[in-house]
Amino acid sequence: MFDDRSPIYRQIADRIKAEILSEALKADEQVMSTNQYAAFYRINPATAAKAFQHLVDEGVLYKKRGIGMFVSPDARDMLRARRRETFFAEMVDPMIAEAKAIGIPLRDVVTRIEELGGDT
Amino acid sequence: MRVEVEDLVLRYGDVTALDGMSFSLEGGKIYGLLGRNGSGKTSLMSVLAAFRKQTAGRVSVGGRPVFENGEAVRDIALIRDTGEAVTIGTAEDALYFAEWLRPSWDSEYAESLMELFKLPRKKNVKEMSKGQRSAMGVVVGLASRAPLTMFDESYLGMDAPSRQAFYDALLADYIAHPRTIILSTHLIEEVSGLFEEVVIIHEGKVLVHEESEALLSRGVSVTGQAAHVDTFTAGLRVLGERQLGPTKSAMVYGELDAARRRKAVEAGLELGPINMQDLFIHLTGGSS
Repeated sequence: MFDDRSPIYRQIADRIKAEILSEALKADEQVMSTNQYAAFYRINPATAAKAFQHLVDEGVLYKKRGIGMFVSPDARDMLRARRRETFFAEMVDPMIAEAKAIGIPLRDVVTRIEELGGDT
Repeated sequence: MRVEVEDLVLRYGDVTALDGMSFSLEGGKIYGLLGRNGSGKTSLMSVLAAFRKQTAGRVSVGGRPVFENGEAVRDIALIRDTGEAVTIGTAEDALYFAEWLRPSWDSEYAESLMELFKLPRKKNVKEMSKGQRSAMGVVVGLASRAPLTMFDESYLGMDAPSRQAFYDALLADYIAHPRTIILSTHLIEEVSGLFEEVVIIHEGKVLVHEESEALLSRGVSVTGQAAHVDTFTAGLRVLGERQLGPTKSAMVYGELDAARRRKAVEAGLELGPINMQDLFIHLTGGSS
């Protein structure tokens, strides 16, 4: 997934997604307003609003007219599912490529994973 | 407040500062006005504020011509870097004058800004430091709440913390009292986040007028092995290139679709954003 929308869009979207994944933001909880985000990041409110609109389009947030933006009830499950889909391609594959490039035997990598993973 | 500029020409003697410029601003937004030295920014704003009469063409603000139109001009505030609009006696006098001039003046807000920038009320503005004078201009510009407010490098004399305070105050006040704001600046990276739209002028004409996000999305840096970069950028508009040994980085201007992006990734190229300042530099002819 490549995305060249402005880094500020990504910062806002990533921050909100991370908060949802960590449950700092819970289902149906209200998120800060676009104006509060605009002031925090020192950006135009229209830019912040666009970032929120993308999150609404993705189904991460939903809008209550005149009140604000809220976390979709299934946002966390959806984000987790999406992360799972890209987990191997984005995390594991580059790690294996890096291990090969610098000469770490894959067996060592597996051993490490088993150590850290414990009994799971 | 809507701003319309049509075939605008401004000449000083045999110097043509504005050379048939046309654009229109819908209003109610923060606009960035960017251009190199001598591109015509100050000339344009002087005409918009009716400080100068155009040689030819039309200008209207809120649907009205501005020159020698007192009603229209009351709604237009232009704060210049020299702060000449406020060099009337003491700071208090300057505020008093602005209050008399501006129907939408907010004196409580002006007081809070005076405190924010730690400006002495009794001091003669002409005796203030450059930074204080700039801050005075900012106070008058913001507290005027003019439907069209223009800052022409007004904050150049201010130090970094004061400029940051200005940006925060501007944003907060714009959110509370939306109006048309035009900011002209050379400190592009500091301010670009505040712009909803950007107008880049060059040699007296409009070069780019776009939403900032759209402008930024058009700039992509392509970095990787020189030969691969060259193959990838063939046929694209390349604004500039830099090379370091076998690695090359090219600035491409234009939309890249998903297929092209995939191609870049497959060729081991890295794609990244270009900031507004770099785009500006290269769109107006590079760093020469």
